[in-house]
Amino acid sequence: MSASYRISGGSALKRERTVRFRFDGRDYVGHQGDTLASALLANGVGLFGRSFKYHRPRGIVSAGAEEPNALVGAFGPTGGFTPNLRATQVELFDGLVAESQNRWPSLDFDVGAINNWLSPLFMAGFYYKTFMGPKAAGGNWVWRQLFEPAIRAAAGLGSPPTEPDPDRYASMFAYCDLLVIGGGAAGLAAAETAANSGAQVILCDEQAEFGGWLLSEAQAEIEGRAARDWAADVVARLRGRDNVQLLTRTQAFGYFPHDFVGLCETIEDAARCRNPALPRERLWQVRAGRVVVATGAIERPLVFVDNDRPGIMLAGAAQTYLQRWGVMPGRRIVLFTACDSAYPTALALAEAGGNVVELIDLRSNVAEALSAPLRARNIAVSVGAAVTGSRGGLRLNSVEIRSVDRNGQTGAMARQLACDTLLMSGGWTPSVHLHSQARGKVAWSEEAKAFLPVARAGGPISAGACAGKFGLRAAIRSGADAALAALGAPPTVDVTPAVAEPALDLTGMVGRVPFAGDPRRGKAFVDFQNDVSARDLLLANQEGMVSIEHVKRFTTTGMATDQGKTSNLNALAIVASNLGKPVPAVGLTTFRMPYTPVSFGSFAGIGRGDQFDPIRRTPIDGWAQAQGAVFEDVGTWKRARYFPKPGEDMHQAVARECRTVRQSVGMLDASTLGKIEVVGPDAAEFLERMYVNSWRKLAPGRCRYGIMLNEAGYVIDDGVIARVAPDRFHVTTTTGGAPRVLHMMEDYLQTEWPDLKVWLTSTTEQWAVIAVQGPKAREVLAPLIEGVDLAPKALSHMAYAEGRICGVKMKLFRVSFTGELGYEVNVPADYGRAVWEAIWEQVEKYGGCAYGTESLHVLRAEKGFIIVGQETDGTVTPDDVGLSWAFGKGKGDFVGKRSLSRTDLAAAGRPQMVGLLTDNPAIVLEEGAQIVAMVNAPIGTEALGHVTSAYYSSNAGRSIALALVADGRNRLGTKLHVPMPGGSVSVTLVEPVFVDPKGERVNG
Amino acid sequence: MRYHIGNLLRGSLSGQTGWPAQWRDPAPKPSYEAIVVGAGGHGLATAYYLASRYGVNRVAVLEKGWLGGGNTGRNTTIVRSNYLWQESQGIYEHAMKLWQDLSHELNYNVMYSARGVLTLAHSVHDIQIVKRHVHANRLSGIDNEWLTPAQTKEFCPPLNISPSLRYPVLGASLQRRGGTARHDAVAWGFARAADRLGVDIIQNCEVTAIRRGPDGAVTGVETTRGAIAAPKIGVVAAGHTSHVMAMADVRMPLESYTLQALVSEPVKPVLPCVVMSNGVHAYISQSDKGELVIGSGTDQYLSYAQTGALHISTHTLEAISDLFPAFRRMRMLRNWGGIVDVTVDRSPIVGLTPVPGLFVNCGWGTGGFKATPGSGEVFAATIAKGVPHPIAAPFSMERFRTGRLIDEAAAAGVAH
Amino acid sequence: MLNIRCPYCEEDRPEIEFRNAGEAHIARPDEPDRVDDRQWADFLYTRDNPKGWHAERWRHVHGCGRFFNAVRHSVDDRILLTYKAGEPKPDIERMLREREA
Repeated sequence: MSASYRISGGSALKRERTVRFRFDGRDYVGHQGDTLASALLANGVGLFGRSFKYHRPRGIVSAGAEEPNALVGAFGPTGGFTPNLRATQVELFDGLVAESQNRWPSLDFDVGAINNWLSPLFMAGFYYKTFMGPKAAGGNWVWRQLFEPAIRAAAGLGSPPTEPDPDRYASMFAYCDLLVIGGGAAGLAAAETAANSGAQVILCDEQAEFGGWLLSEAQAEIEGRAARDWAADVVARLRGRDNVQLLTRTQAFGYFPHDFVGLCETIEDAARCRNPALPRERLWQVRAGRVVVATGAIERPLVFVDNDRPGIMLAGAAQTYLQRWGVMPGRRIVLFTACDSAYPTALALAEAGGNVVELIDLRSNVAEALSAPLRARNIAVSVGAAVTGSRGGLRLNSVEIRSVDRNGQTGAMARQLACDTLLMSGGWTPSVHLHSQARGKVAWSEEAKAFLPVARAGGPISAGACAGKFGLRAAIRSGADAALAALGAPPTVDVTPAVAEPALDLTGMVGRVPFAGDPRRGKAFVDFQNDVSARDLLLANQEGMVSIEHVKRFTTTGMATDQGKTSNLNALAIVASNLGKPVPAVGLTTFRMPYTPVSFGSFAGIGRGDQFDPIRRTPIDGWAQAQGAVFEDVGTWKRARYFPKPGEDMHQAVARECRTVRQSVGMLDASTLGKIEVVGPDAAEFLERMYVNSWRKLAPGRCRYGIMLNEAGYVIDDGVIARVAPDRFHVTTTTGGAPRVLHMMEDYLQTEWPDLKVWLTSTTEQWAVIAVQGPKAREVLAPLIEGVDLAPKALSHMAYAEGRICGVKMKLFRVSFTGELGYEVNVPADYGRAVWEAIWEQVEKYGGCAYGTESLHVLRAEKGFIIVGQETDGTVTPDDVGLSWAFGKGKGDFVGKRSLSRTDLAAAGRPQMVGLLTDNPAIVLEEGAQIVAMVNAPIGTEALGHVTSAYYSSNAGRSIALALVADGRNRLGTKLHVPMPGGSVSVTLVEPVFVDPKGERVNG
Repeated sequence: MRYHIGNLLRGSLSGQTGWPAQWRDPAPKPSYEAIVVGAGGHGLATAYYLASRYGVNRVAVLEKGWLGGGNTGRNTTIVRSNYLWQESQGIYEHAMKLWQDLSHELNYNVMYSARGVLTLAHSVHDIQIVKRHVHANRLSGIDNEWLTPAQTKEFCPPLNISPSLRYPVLGASLQRRGGTARHDAVAWGFARAADRLGVDIIQNCEVTAIRRGPDGAVTGVETTRGAIAAPKIGVVAAGHTSHVMAMADVRMPLESYTLQALVSEPVKPVLPCVVMSNGVHAYISQSDKGELVIGSGTDQYLSYAQTGALHISTHTLEAISDLFPAFRRMRMLRNWGGIVDVTVDRSPIVGLTPVPGLFVNCGWGTGGFKATPGSGEVFAATIAKGVPHPIAAPFSMERFRTGRLIDEAAAAGVAH
Repeated sequence: MLNIRCPYCEEDRPEIEFRNAGEAHIARPDEPDRVDDRQWADFLYTRDNPKGWHAERWRHVHGCGRFFNAVRHSVDDRILLTYKAGEPKPDIERMLREREA
């Protein structure tokens, strides 16, 4: 196929390498270095998409990240589909498949275009005024069932990806002395200046190559050479330095406090074709000593009626396509400008053989030096004139031109000028996005018709065009100065290279181009992508929307995927003009991250799948896996929930495990228990203050069940605490609570009682904990243990001893969370698995079992032992769950004590823990079910409480439950009801203990 | 002019030139019956109900910026009422009932969309908590049901219910009446309706002092646009409540944090409902425009900056990318923060203050949008009558003294 | 992500190494039993919540483990200084004046 708009030149292209690609089902050929936009333009494709609301045909407007129109969906090298990509940023690779969006059945013939004819109805905010349906239809029904689905189907841009993303994303953290954002003239100068001083420098640029506008520059020379060659030299020098990191295709998307900047690096698709192991994108999180922002400026479109036809493009973009990609934008070219930069563009196009017909300049006074070279090439130059309309179908075929006087009045006579391409330039808007994200202020300059960054001490320093420093020499100088200032170096002599460039005035105009007649006639687009025209802004103002934030939200101007890069300033100026206010009085919308859209994948990086959160596994985990245990997540831990034998479901396995423990013996991996060593002469006093219990008189070698409150008086943790020595306690916490408890202990110790001599050490991971529970527990352990007398009198319930098991150092707790004779064997974690297996051998001899957390829960519920977080929910006092007995007698203050005497915490009728027995012993209640006084309670009945734990107990031979019920202890023996969808379940309130009510077995 | 398809069609013949301003831009009068400080959704709703239901028409709403510019315009627009405690159910369900017909009541399409809200459970503990909510809600007549993983997937096809997820989906609760509404329309609808009832909405008018008489009762405010007298002042200033209340020497049990949200680029319909997960901190729905609207967490420190930290949004997108593996290729379009005022029990404060004539409505934390109409209605009643509306009564400041907290955070497992 | 100087480690470290612990210089009453419910509620819940400079507690939880205080601006996140727990609350106004001078 002939690339009919491709001419010679094109610095980005590797002409020798052709690339095949497909767009909307047709095959095309481009070159390596092409973007999808440049390649399609070169192939004569001018129609890229349909607009969001009116489905108007749209072409390419820009050559970069600001592109509002040319959105496509594309498949990456690994097959992943991404919608809403800008064709100007999609780099070609062999086999690229892309498609246009928001059209049906095809781009050329789009049924949705009927919306363009209905546009008088579809003005800004129309949906707020209708679609509510008749009230008689029942509240919201009509909207929800009819209109909303229709609106949703019509809205949206591209198709969503539906398949799991096949790609991989990487995360990088980096530190540098100076981060330079933007690799144009200013950024290159800043980076080289800083590099020369020895600083660590990162230079990033969103494009595939460094150079910025230097790559598009047609006339200027630096040190006697083409601007782009100078850029290449600088880049080569930087590349040779080891204190500079260069990142291309890297968008600085977000600027966070303390000079923390987020960069998104896109890996070139062609490189990923060669090496599929490469990630698709890398998220860089850079902590910079200082930052120089050199992000340039974005050209503004001119706002006139029908300024959106395919073939109407920004002048600077056309120059870029010409210089970098060897593309001539059309066959018959007209330019329309409000600033000087279109003149060199016209000249460059003409010199490259383009048919440039005329340049229309809105301004009346234009320097002869600008226009003369054009006229010399037979390009007509009309000053004091404006394009006021356009004609065409899927491509521009003519523009309407009127004279404009010095007061901005258009002439009555219009002429039509045939053309297929109109290049427009409204002037250049400095990109203050990142400066603003960094909470820097901007100030309106009437002279520059722009918001310019206001420098802040210590903040990022803007350089070049984004600081209003237009012109290559000015940009280079400001870049170098910014680097020196950032690094605290004194200004040096001006070493800016010699630059030969024309003096250009890039100010231009903001707002709407002068027009004739009714401002509401026709659509002069401001925001192309969201189809917001000048008359929408007028309507918003008419409806009382006067703040730019209201206008923005009402019309959606600036809220499309281009974030208003080309439209915001024009919208602001039009609103200011409508309201008769100066631009800054209307306000500037806030710039927010990201500067351009960044994939979720980039943010998520490697934090997916098993890397979403750390997985903590105990030393015995592998054994449990080998046994076929089923696991559950408890915090970040994986805990064995039950150990099914072949054919068993959870209930059968748990019933067996629970029976076995009470009849013989079972073992549980309790390694996840939080463990904190509390050591020091004041250790007992410290615990006295942290827990509700007494610790001073606890003898070494004894344990006690401790309850911890928060300062508000509610139970937040519990666990057995052993006094290992007079100055040393081994504290256990709940599995999930360990970090929180340690944090809270440290808080009080360091900030409230720094006088206490106590040291805290987390030992959770140091010890594997094996609970051996059941009447045979002693027989199981005895053969393995040395140095500890297991006889009941020597080691009674709640005793602690140290010795060896299987030759390994051991801390032995005689404790029980089952109500059976029980021990918890603590051994160094590395020996956990070996000791477990040794005990297991013994357990098997007695027909014992391994049991998991589910059986643990049943066994403790049979005894009425609480689980913090299940019987408690952060609103429960110790008395509520029947733990008043634990309070140390006559002890002083402790955390939470004062709150317990507050009115509500001391009030009668609080929820209290009770046991529940269902009338039908086979029915297991549902945890969380409500409890009421009435059978089949009607809706609105007040709940008396709720079921906190409910299980089938194989040991009790029936279902059991624990519950919190208002004034529950006074209701024991009474019947209450649990409303369920199928009817209520009657229950009797009982003491919360279902097995061994006298608690004798634990002493076995 | 009424908002109606007929008027819209007629307007299309004349370039829609007939629509008047949605609200006036009045200069402040010397005095009012009541002043509402803060023209967010709650403040505007308060003013609307004061005028429409409680006969208090001489009302000024004072706004330091532009109406609806705070959290009303910055939230993820989720509407639901499936709270645990009866007190919370009372106020959120009151709002839920008002949502049903709010578009008609205001003659403004607030686009309330009962798309269903799924609350995911990822652990045995989550299941206990979620089911407790389901049971408590059903007893109160609030729709909420438990779905198995397969039923959850059927209701929300793009959701990943694979058991291999780091925190797999073990089920979910579904409130079918839950959903979303268009945030700006809510603020604007209340503003327009209040304005038509004579309420003065005064923007760019920052309160700088609260005036009090010799008896300590409020007498009015000083503002950047002059002094305004009123015997009743309702402060509805969200994240800035502590700041405003300090003008009356009232210190609040509040802390302000930045809460982040973000949207993707718009795509065609792909997510049919709202999905919430407290376990992995992800809240997602799809807007009418097609954007995926995603709620994120708060920064860990006190903040009045309307931008949040990168690692917070990063964590949220990790969760979203796992729950919806196809969405990983979607791209973040905008990210912003709101300043949320948080109480220790994550429940609001609505009612009287120690200062006579001064009322406060704050502490809605991360979930105030859904309550907008209900909050405004009960607060209006409270201001008009000078005693707490029965639904608002439990949300007094006194609860922090008595300990009668309404701890939705603990109930949601946030503290456990 | 803030960059916070730990006064114990004397290093600038990223925020994710730290945990914020709320407003600083709120002392727990020495004898809680002697304060009334309102004073106790103030201790528990009432906070200045200032829009501006804020003295707040941090813990270098993934570092030295120590609690310390920082004076940070709640709007623009500038950190004026960090100092060790137990040191008196600095005179912020004076510091700012001195810094200006």
